[in-house]
Amino acid sequence: MSVEAIQSRRDWLLSERPASRMQARLGRAYVAWRRFSANRLAFLGLLIIIALLVVAALADVLAPYSPTFGDLKGSRLLAPSAAHWFGTDDLGRDILSRVIFGSRWTLYVVILVAIIAAPIGLLVGTVAGYAGGWIDAILMRITDIFLAFPKLILALAFVAALGPGIENAVLAIAITSWPPYARIARAETLTVRNSDYIKAVQLMGASPFRIVLRHIMPLCISSLIIRVTLDMAGIILTAAGLGFLGLGAQPPLPEWGAMIASGRRFVLDQWWVAGAPGFAILIVSLGFNLLGDGLRDALDPRSGDQ
Amino acid sequence: MNAALSIDGLEVVFDRFRALKGVSLEVKSGESFGLVGESGSGKSTLLRAIAGLAPAVSGTIAVNGKRLGTRRDKAFYREVQMVFQDPYGSLHPRQTVDRLLQEPLAIHGFADSEKRIQRALDEVGLGTGFRFRYSHQLSGGQRQRVAIARALILEPSILLLDEPTSALDASVQAEVLNLLEEIRRRRKLTFLMVSHDLAIITHMCERLMVMQDGEAVENLTAAQLVGHRVTKDYTRNLLRASDGFVRTA
Amino acid sequence: MSTLLDVDDLRVTFPTRTGLIEAVRGVSFSLGRERLGIVGESGSGKSQTGRAIMGLTPPQAEVTARKLAFDGIDLLAASPRDRRALRGKRIAMILQDPKYSLDPVMSIGRQIVETLRTHEKVGKAEARDRALAMLEAVQIRDPARVFDLHPHEVSGGMGQRAMIAMMLIAGPEMMIADEPTSALDVTVQLDVLNILDKLVSERGMGLIFISHDLRLVCSFCDRVIVMYAGKVVEQIKASELRDAQHPYTRGLLNCMPRIGFERHPLPVLDRKPEWAA
Repeated sequence: MSVEAIQSRRDWLLSERPASRMQARLGRAYVAWRRFSANRLAFLGLLIIIALLVVAALADVLAPYSPTFGDLKGSRLLAPSAAHWFGTDDLGRDILSRVIFGSRWTLYVVILVAIIAAPIGLLVGTVAGYAGGWIDAILMRITDIFLAFPKLILALAFVAALGPGIENAVLAIAITSWPPYARIARAETLTVRNSDYIKAVQLMGASPFRIVLRHIMPLCISSLIIRVTLDMAGIILTAAGLGFLGLGAQPPLPEWGAMIASGRRFVLDQWWVAGAPGFAILIVSLGFNLLGDGLRDALDPRSGDQ
Repeated sequence: MNAALSIDGLEVVFDRFRALKGVSLEVKSGESFGLVGESGSGKSTLLRAIAGLAPAVSGTIAVNGKRLGTRRDKAFYREVQMVFQDPYGSLHPRQTVDRLLQEPLAIHGFADSEKRIQRALDEVGLGTGFRFRYSHQLSGGQRQRVAIARALILEPSILLLDEPTSALDASVQAEVLNLLEEIRRRRKLTFLMVSHDLAIITHMCERLMVMQDGEAVENLTAAQLVGHRVTKDYTRNLLRASDGFVRTA
Repeated sequence: MSTLLDVDDLRVTFPTRTGLIEAVRGVSFSLGRERLGIVGESGSGKSQTGRAIMGLTPPQAEVTARKLAFDGIDLLAASPRDRRALRGKRIAMILQDPKYSLDPVMSIGRQIVETLRTHEKVGKAEARDRALAMLEAVQIRDPARVFDLHPHEVSGGMGQRAMIAMMLIAGPEMMIADEPTSALDVTVQLDVLNILDKLVSERGMGLIFISHDLRLVCSFCDRVIVMYAGKVVEQIKASELRDAQHPYTRGLLNCMPRIGFERHPLPVLDRKPEWAA
């Protein structure tokens, strides 16, 4: 594409008088993207997350060995080398391959938790905030009950009741992580619910359901996305914690937390068994945190709309 | 002529504070009626009570002869619409002008929304170039025009105007006032307009009510006010104040 | 008449992501012991002019001028410390809404006393007496009671009077009032202006009155500067405003509804690009 073509495309996106719904929407997205990509650390975070996605998608191609079958005879607890970059574990499995396949489980947990917890929190928070009165009181007391317990302890209780396994771990984490989202959504709703533009929609004759769904929720979503992204690291760590305690992913699943748990026994002599998945958790958590910070700057409605 | 709006003994209480202490008022169909007063006089509260945004504890409100209950139905919003004071606060920050105007049509199930949106934008002098802008891409005057278009799109017969120009520059104020007058003439609307500025009310309205501390001080015609034929001291003070500063030697 | 403030070619530039924006583009005027009005619509640069003189321009913006001198002191060359000392002691500023410019957790009296004691070495008892006298001078009926009140406990008009008292306690020689009465009701507005007027003429201060309300400004000030798009388009004596030459000034005067003058539709302002050139 020539320089002029790029220039004219940019002008089209930044136009002050968009000619169609699509152009207005794209222009808005472009402005947010420019603000986001100007932040180098946030961009690094995005790259880490993209790398995670690629690794998870191409795990079959990238992994040099099978993640579940090892050579018990010849390659137990080998130190990192050219053949096994991250070494091998006590069952002779290649740790690099396990870390690569583990990325799938990490993504699985993170995405499922976000899909379950964020909408619950958004719904509870906006309804409570907009309705007020006894509906607000009941919903927020329920939220308080969930918030009163430490997250990991509550998740432990749920997993203990539901039975160990990665699906139940996801459910338990989701159930324990929606209350902060409800809090955020409610706070956001309270600030906008008495504004003139919500009053104006009321004066159009819109039902409360429509106002919450179409006018209040879109305003809460960006702060929720930011919060969820920042929480991703916590979710990974909780999942790893459950895995570590033997209540999350069950062997031989290559889940990072479970890998650390099994590597714990040799951590003094064969540090790489626990070290490699630990390092993977660190990098991915960092990536999500950086991304979340960048999104906060790019999407935050309070930082001006331009 | 019959009354478009009749209010009798209206009382509004917020947390034990009596914002309106039994106000009665009658606005004839096609008339432009002004409410004047200083902050805390209850003039905006009266408007909001009519729109159903402030709780009335006693008294009655009737629109076109039909008495309103505590809940407003959809038919009411087809009759009565409102323009707010602050053009920066009355438009949703994440919606384009198109979406803002679409919403009332969608709620009331109009099929020909495309045509209506274009007509509404033309009527307030914006044209289609503004249709897909977000509110932050508009100036104060343009925002207020969008707010007027939104109020008109359901074709109400009564327009409640809450200080529609007090947040605008003087030159923009003139444009918006002219627009409102023109729309009223063309659509034969009834206006109930609130302002703290006597000059604006006498310019826009035939009759007016002066309010203070939640009560009516006096009812006047614009001509009486212009001729300084007022009976109450409070009104006289307001009139004097609107002349500007006079140095007392 | 001695010159108190001399402004020559004042420019205030803000950097934005899309380039530089000049809020004030070459404003020049001088102020003696008089009441000078600066009038303009939003975005005309009138407030930024006042802030630049006070040294309250946001740090990312750049202020330049061929000359910006207060009583012979070059304000742009003065150290931040010297400017702070000038501010409050010799130059004071009143802002639009007292709610935002008074400290909400300190009683009104204490704020006035603190202001006085940062600029002058006075004993506690004397400071209190002077603060009470000042509150009386701004026509607060019961100064001893108001002295102990917090800003949220008083009305807007009372708050603005307290603000004026606080600003005048150190006896400044020049005052900049940025829309001092716009947040007030019309009747209260006139009371506050009366107080301001009396104090200014009694103490022989120079006053810059910044407002969007052309009519109010000409009824109050001796001289008026009309600003448009960061520039001065007209300087005129308030008494001669009816004979204003610039079409913008005339348009501004004309477009406001007036009691007893029926004009339908109101004349609107036809903005010409060359006004901003």
